[in-house]
Amino acid sequence: MESESAKRRTVEAVRSRHLHKVRTGIQGLDELTEGGLPKGRSTLLCGGAGSGKTLLAMEFLVHGVKEFEEPGVFIAFEEQIAELAENFASLGHDIDSLVAQGKLAVDFVDVSRNELGETGGYDLGGLFIRLEYAIDSVGAKRVVLDSIEQLFSGLDNTAIIRAELRRLFHWLKAKGVTAIITAEQGDGALTRDGLEEYVADCVILLDHRVTAQTFTRRIRVVKYRGSNHGTNEFPFLIDEGGISILPITSMGLKYEVGTERVSSGIPRLDAMLGGKGYYRGASVLVSGSAGTGKTSLAAHFAQRSAAGGERCLWLAYEESSSQIIRNMRSIGVDLMPAVKSGLLQLQAVPPTMYGLEMHLLTTHKLVKEFNPRCIIMDSISNFTSIGSEIEIKGMLMRLIDLFKMRQITSMFTSLTVGEAFVEASSTKLSSLMDSWLLLREIESGAERNRVLHLLKSRGMAHSNQIREFLLTDHGVELRDVYLGSSGLLLTGSSLLVEKAREQALAVAGKQEAGTKKRELEYRQQAIEAQIAALRAEFEIERLKALKIDAQDEERDTVLTGDRVQMARQRQADAVKGKRATPRTSGGSR
Amino acid sequence: MKVPPKPSTSEAVMDGKAERWVLKLYVAGETPRSLAAYDNLKRLCEEQLTGHYTIEVIDLLKYPRLAKDDQILAIPTVVRKLPPPLRRVIGDLSSADRVLVGLDLRPQG
Repeated sequence: MESESAKRRTVEAVRSRHLHKVRTGIQGLDELTEGGLPKGRSTLLCGGAGSGKTLLAMEFLVHGVKEFEEPGVFIAFEEQIAELAENFASLGHDIDSLVAQGKLAVDFVDVSRNELGETGGYDLGGLFIRLEYAIDSVGAKRVVLDSIEQLFSGLDNTAIIRAELRRLFHWLKAKGVTAIITAEQGDGALTRDGLEEYVADCVILLDHRVTAQTFTRRIRVVKYRGSNHGTNEFPFLIDEGGISILPITSMGLKYEVGTERVSSGIPRLDAMLGGKGYYRGASVLVSGSAGTGKTSLAAHFAQRSAAGGERCLWLAYEESSSQIIRNMRSIGVDLMPAVKSGLLQLQAVPPTMYGLEMHLLTTHKLVKEFNPRCIIMDSISNFTSIGSEIEIKGMLMRLIDLFKMRQITSMFTSLTVGEAFVEASSTKLSSLMDSWLLLREIESGAERNRVLHLLKSRGMAHSNQIREFLLTDHGVELRDVYLGSSGLLLTGSSLLVEKAREQALAVAGKQEAGTKKRELEYRQQAIEAQIAALRAEFEIERLKALKIDAQDEERDTVLTGDRVQMARQRQADAVKGKRATPRTSGGSR
Repeated sequence: MKVPPKPSTSEAVMDGKAERWVLKLYVAGETPRSLAAYDNLKRLCEEQLTGHYTIEVIDLLKYPRLAKDDQILAIPTVVRKLPPPLRRVIGDLSSADRVLVGLDLRPQG
């Protein structure tokens, strides 16, 4: 970031070496022309009647005297000097005193034809002499000719005028003064009398038009030889402070960002925002349907800001400031101390009072004057009555740019109508926003309850969970939402009912489980008993089997014994020896 | 034309009884055009206002302040200061008729 700004400075330095520029001192014009008007050259300033040409030209001179110590000459072809001084007095410029101090020379060249006859050749030597006299008398560096084309209406011989104009512009260049030549805009041409033909270095066009019943002034640098310049139309404002043009340097996404966080004023919301809140300088969109609590969210933010000793500017487009204070008090957010301490400026601005550009400019001015750290625009939906979506987006883009340049955390509330529209309409804005909070209403069980979604929050780990959004008498409260056993999002009293039901179910479930466990134990015991019985039975059977074996053997022995006895009885001697063995074996049993 | 008159010199031919005409001729140096304008004016005055006029030649290169004070835009310019109303004609005054109309020069009766 550091190196980038250094690089930019170098580029500017190189550029300024090529083409010297004179700062006009007019708010925004120097940015628009990247440094001012071409030094020692003439700039053609064209525009329709009442477009602010004379004012801009005079401001060029007055700023020159006051800020750059460059005396000036104003040659008026249209207005008498007294009128001129009067007009500028209303803008806080005391022409007469500047003239008395010898820093400004004013000359009215009367070209009214009523007392003028022409015969034969002439030149405009008188004008040259007057101009030179004026320049030399104050040592002027800046000259304004307003508007020189009046010559065409005062004199007949246009061939002479054209030749003399050419000579005049050469002469001005040779004289080394930086001049502004004003001219009336023509049909389909920059100027009615083709002055652009002579003044080729820089051409600035002023325009004013009425769209949707609102009046907007615009300025455009049509041509700037040898220099970069903003080519777009830029709105400008004429008010008691003179001309201010919206600066455009900010239109480059070139601001630096920090990692400092700003609390949203609601602890649970901070927790959702990565635990710390918004980034300083972030843009926050709060969208939601009517009555979802957008303003309340903003009020918390404002209150938090003031409590932290930071200035907050609240631009209210639909409510008066006292109404906001009253309404917010009803939810326990008292903005009054903040307003009294001067840290909160509640500014009610009727949106249709002027056009988008004027809003842009007045906001600019307010920001410059009040220098807030936070800004709330409530709600930007009101702009739809004075501009198309593209225009509104363009305006917001510029505003957000300004806020970011100044590290102002901005909060925009936006009204959405109907559910389907919610995301569709806000998507266009959402690209401008760093954080997007969506407030929705959920209707269930004959109740409407609010929920808050954190749809996005750039550059931080943030919660993706929906929270129930409660407006209590002590402010906004966020609560976990509950997904019931049915899988539906539950809020409000249905949440309580569902919770109670689930609790009862849980108790019942516990009891049932206990019973089941006991049953199982019993069954286990029964089975174990059965096993024991079977085992006992098995033992009996085994014993039985053993007994049978023994009986069999005994029977064999007995049978053998019988046979021996029988044999003995039959032939005693023959089996005498044999008889001893069975007896031994039989005896061992 | 014998000797060209010096434009910066003023010349007055006065007559007590008639109306007095005061004409101012503004020039910027001795250019052929300013000399021609002076000659043309002088001739017309002689014809129309013999003895009742004053021609004052003002060189703005010498008195640039007067250009502003007397509202001079073109050069040469001749201004009829007296009698009122103020009238002015610019150019080298080569067309006598136009000068007569422009300055409303009437012979004195």
